[in-house]
Amino acid sequence: MIKIYSLTKQYDHEPLVKDFHLEVAKGDVVSVIGPSGSGKSTILRCVNGLESFQKGYISVDGHLICGVHEHGYNQEKNNLAIKDIRGKIGMVFQQFNLFPHMNVLHNLMVAPVHVMGIGHYEAESRAISMLRKVRLEKKAMSYPGQLSGGEQQRVAIARALAMKPEAMLFDEPTSSLDPEMIDDVLSVIRELVSEGMTTIIATHEMRFAKNISRQVVFMEKGKIVESGSPEMIFYNPKYSRTKEFLSHFMV
Amino acid sequence: MKYLIVIFLFLASFLTKNSAFGNQDTLEKIKTTGVLTWGFDAQGGAPYVFSDQKHPKKLIGFELEIAEAIAKELGVAVHYFQNEWDSILLSLQRGDFDMALNGIEITPERQHSVLFTRPYFVYSEQIVVRASDFKINTFEDLHGKRVGTLYNTVAKQMLEEMGDVSIKIYSGQVEPFKDLLDNRLDAVFVDLPIAAYYAKPNPQLRLVGEPVGEGYYGIAVRKEDSLFAGELNRIIEKLLRSGEIKKICQKWGIWNVAQEKLYLHEGLLQKYAEHPPSPEERIPLVVTTFLPTLLKGACVTIGISVLSMMVAVSLGIVLAIMRLYGNKWIKKISTAYVEVYRGTPLLIQLYILYYGLPNIGITLTAFTAAILGLGMNYAAYEAEIYRAGIQAIPKGQTEAAFSLGMSRRLTLKKVILPQALRITLPPITNDFISLFKDSSLVSVIALVELTKIYGILASSSMKFFQLGIITALLYFGMSYPLSLYSRRLEKRLKV
Repeated sequence: MIKIYSLTKQYDHEPLVKDFHLEVAKGDVVSVIGPSGSGKSTILRCVNGLESFQKGYISVDGHLICGVHEHGYNQEKNNLAIKDIRGKIGMVFQQFNLFPHMNVLHNLMVAPVHVMGIGHYEAESRAISMLRKVRLEKKAMSYPGQLSGGEQQRVAIARALAMKPEAMLFDEPTSSLDPEMIDDVLSVIRELVSEGMTTIIATHEMRFAKNISRQVVFMEKGKIVESGSPEMIFYNPKYSRTKEFLSHFMV
Repeated sequence: MKYLIVIFLFLASFLTKNSAFGNQDTLEKIKTTGVLTWGFDAQGGAPYVFSDQKHPKKLIGFELEIAEAIAKELGVAVHYFQNEWDSILLSLQRGDFDMALNGIEITPERQHSVLFTRPYFVYSEQIVVRASDFKINTFEDLHGKRVGTLYNTVAKQMLEEMGDVSIKIYSGQVEPFKDLLDNRLDAVFVDLPIAAYYAKPNPQLRLVGEPVGEGYYGIAVRKEDSLFAGELNRIIEKLLRSGEIKKICQKWGIWNVAQEKLYLHEGLLQKYAEHPPSPEERIPLVVTTFLPTLLKGACVTIGISVLSMMVAVSLGIVLAIMRLYGNKWIKKISTAYVEVYRGTPLLIQLYILYYGLPNIGITLTAFTAAILGLGMNYAAYEAEIYRAGIQAIPKGQTEAAFSLGMSRRLTLKKVILPQALRITLPPITNDFISLFKDSSLVSVIALVELTKIYGILASSSMKFFQLGIITALLYFGMSYPLSLYSRRLEKRLKV
């Protein structure tokens, strides 16, 4: 469903991502792990068209985003593709990014109503069922500022789900949460995955990545060091760098 | 504390004008210093006293010549004191100058506050129309028409007494004629010398009907200066008998048969100088009688402020968005707009909108011009406030909206602007409050709002203090709820 081919992104001649390949089939769950600044977020943001890149291609269900230095690059075409891709893929950010001036319900309704054009009542019942999914239906009338970080992140997930995406991108969804709230968010993601949601997650939660993923990508300095099944990466890594990185978590 | 009071009194003694001459007779002072200080307003003051177009630094006018003739008789030099005409009698009372000689009509109201000499000129009111207009021929024809006149004049009172005239009041003498030519007025009704000077040479304008409402110009002096007034009376008498005044008036083309009354009415002096009107004639000076009029002005002020703020807010958003998201040229246009509007005085912008645009065929009504002028000016400030507000919204908000498939436009409308509004609410309220007060500037384009009404009422009743307090309270009463409301709104929006 999602194909990333030879993605390269530089910033001031400093490569952020270099020659990155990834294929995600429908229903796949891919974890991207690696130290901070290794380019995990950049990849997710490129997939969703929030950042442009110089070389390579990203294809989501046949909608193609080209790198700006690629032959055949066309801004207009890219924009159209990005629009379609955003309609298929939901994204969850490290900083939640809920709209603070709207209550939870409206956070979930604004895009379905104004982007998809569905009716107010349908959007409302959809929003409530999404909130039920993240177990926050009681907070429908609260404002983001009145919620804990974990609750905010679950609302953010529900907000993305309200657009009925075919795949979800999680950009370090638990990195800015207090430890006791992490599990609530992870269990919501786990449920989604068990329902068959195609997922790419950039995370530092190794145990979670190990349990949930079909494929794990370890990257460093913008490059893939090693990728494979969780068993392979976590129990039998080929590269010493992978072993060393994982050793920090397996204490 | 005691020291503070002493210092304050000490400073106050410096700031009080003419304290040294407090009890001295003005005539004596003039004789000893050899200087007669004359108060007048030369702004748009033709043919009374105004600056010569050929030598802008030089003042000319028939009253200037009369004033100089008087000084010559007194054997002293004239010192000029330029003063807004609207407040000329107040400045006289304050002691800024010795005499006010500037087309001041002798009226019972004014005689409450100052002493008039015998008349030096018989004025009458003259109707001026466009040369192509033959509908208005007499004073009675003015019923139901749009008529321009000057602030605080007898002509204005006469029009008011007609009841159904839509009166527009001007401070300058040129502007009513301009508005007449631009079809914003049907007629101008002013003192004959003004009509003669401005309208006679213009082939597009025509003087119609007999002059009406005869009255007298006198020299005003302070009430206690009866000695000085007596001396001035003697001099005016002499200048009349010698034909000097006639000569001056003829030179300026304003001598007519009516002026003969200056000679005939021996009793004029007595009538005007020695018998101030009896108490029954006095206008009731209970301040509450002015309230309805002031409230009417306050309504105009509110209307102008609210409408122009709406213009400012919406135009400001557009400008801010142009500057933030537009291409190179759109950015430049928006930046230039903001710089030009912030860098030039509002007053000049209003003048250009109202009096300048008709030159290229666009004639706005005073109300429209006021709203556009204020609105477009404040839009420049609002644009900068919004720009800062929009830039203060974290990038994550835009990204989250984009990731939900929202377009840039939708993101702005639903996510960015509502949050920016919250941040910008306090500075916008501030601007709205100052716009409330700046709205008084629109009186230059003949719009009568609260400040203008205050000026009109206060200068005719001389109740500057009481009416001033009331007017200030009205302004406060309008702006304070706004502050309260914005505070509440801020609290409500803050989550």
